[in-house]
Amino acid sequence: MIAQAVLNEWYPVAMAAQVGAWPGRQTQLLGSDIAVFLDAGEIVVQRADGSALAVCLRYGHVWACLGTPAHDLFPIPEADQPGRRLVDCGVVRVKCSPLRAVENFLDIAHFPFVHTDVLGAEPHTEVGRYEVQIREDSDEVWATKVHFYQPQAAKSASGGIVTEYMYRVAAPTAAVLYKTCPNKPDAWDVIGIFVQPLTEELCEVWPWMALFDDATPQADLIQFQQMIFLQDRSILENQIPRLLPLDPGKEIPTQADMTSIAYRRWLKRKGLTYGAQMVAA
Amino acid sequence: MKLYDYVLSASCYKIRLMAALLGVKLDLVAVDFHPGREHRALAFRNLNPAGTLPVLVDGDLMLTESTAMLVYLAQASGRAWLGDSTPARAAKVQNWLAFSARLGASLGMARLHDMLIYPGDIDAFRRAGVECLRELEAHMTEARFAGRIFLEGDAPTIADIACFPNVALAPDGGVTLDDYPAIRLWSRALRALPGFIEMPGIHRLHELKPAPEAVPALEDL
Repeated sequence: MIAQAVLNEWYPVAMAAQVGAWPGRQTQLLGSDIAVFLDAGEIVVQRADGSALAVCLRYGHVWACLGTPAHDLFPIPEADQPGRRLVDCGVVRVKCSPLRAVENFLDIAHFPFVHTDVLGAEPHTEVGRYEVQIREDSDEVWATKVHFYQPQAAKSASGGIVTEYMYRVAAPTAAVLYKTCPNKPDAWDVIGIFVQPLTEELCEVWPWMALFDDATPQADLIQFQQMIFLQDRSILENQIPRLLPLDPGKEIPTQADMTSIAYRRWLKRKGLTYGAQMVAA
Repeated sequence: MKLYDYVLSASCYKIRLMAALLGVKLDLVAVDFHPGREHRALAFRNLNPAGTLPVLVDGDLMLTESTAMLVYLAQASGRAWLGDSTPARAAKVQNWLAFSARLGASLGMARLHDMLIYPGDIDAFRRAGVECLRELEAHMTEARFAGRIFLEGDAPTIADIACFPNVALAPDGGVTLDDYPAIRLWSRALRALPGFIEMPGIHRLHELKPAPEAVPALEDL
């Protein structure tokens, strides 16, 4: 039985530009078979029994809700900011809990070991203190004042820099980060990770970017992001327990895990337990 | 020398790896294989009618098969990698180049299915992949008994580079390498070569770094 709170959230189910006519994209959402297809110019998402789901199109993707939407899809004001390039990076399937895919996106400490010489490098492994809060007004998890040394922070970076980050969990399976833009030091590059929960242990992940970068070819931007995410994939597929533990006891977090702790606490408080385990086994 | 490249492609990685091991510089041209399917578009097919990656261009020469590219790079910049010191060894290297196509059609397809949601019979891909791994494991075990660590002879050849990527990436397609110790040792030997470069899914050898002096011996703990 899936909790109503889970059913009433928005989830990404397709890249809008790639949706074709029936049979379109045959996929799953929270264990239910769904189809995403074009019908008379409109994007439709429907269940196997033919009933239609609530749909919205935003940030290059199709979002659907299996229940009754509890609220509008979260805002990303930067998506409409002039001068930004919006980059859809396509989908990657990962055999892991959708919540683990989001949690990995929020983690900084693994950069030197998994994204070696790109997003981090030994011996610069220390994660300094940063601030985390669950913002009551927007009902989101935020981490701010995160700083980390990066040999190649973005495709456009020409050398190592200390990058500043802000992380934001905007929906149970969607997170957005803001990081120093190598081309425009007064602005943030924005990178999102939109995770489609197929089942509790299988997800499809859609990275998305809104960058200030007029020079780098589109294919290079996409491949840089895919390189990063695919470095994470083999780690994610080997994490145990398969479901994200929401109760303390199984793991000993460190200072660097504050964002993850807040994310787990927020999920538990809201009853968003799809892909999670509640009692440490 | 220009390589039309996709960062997640095992075949493209064969060429990037070979060039890195030989110290040859490649100009990489990123092709939006996924999600853009740029390799199937008309502009790219004007270059390579087969619509496949990688493509290697060197002056007037244009190659579209990764095994041919390995031969070309080795002939030009490192003849020892051809593994043609005897007629038998040269022929066996050719055998492995053909074997690498079987790896691509089995383990490679399982990976594309599991990772980029390519259609196909995943069970058939994995079954064929496991058959290849068993053959390879048997061969590598014999080689180890004979004191060798690479596929043919005492030094690495283009045969190793052709076969290594799809084997090392097998877990991406849901095929574990836990059952193949000789293959894992071979993988370590290749990853330890000077100039080795990784790709997503193939990790560098962090674990073989020498332990710091300060770490006490087990018996002293």
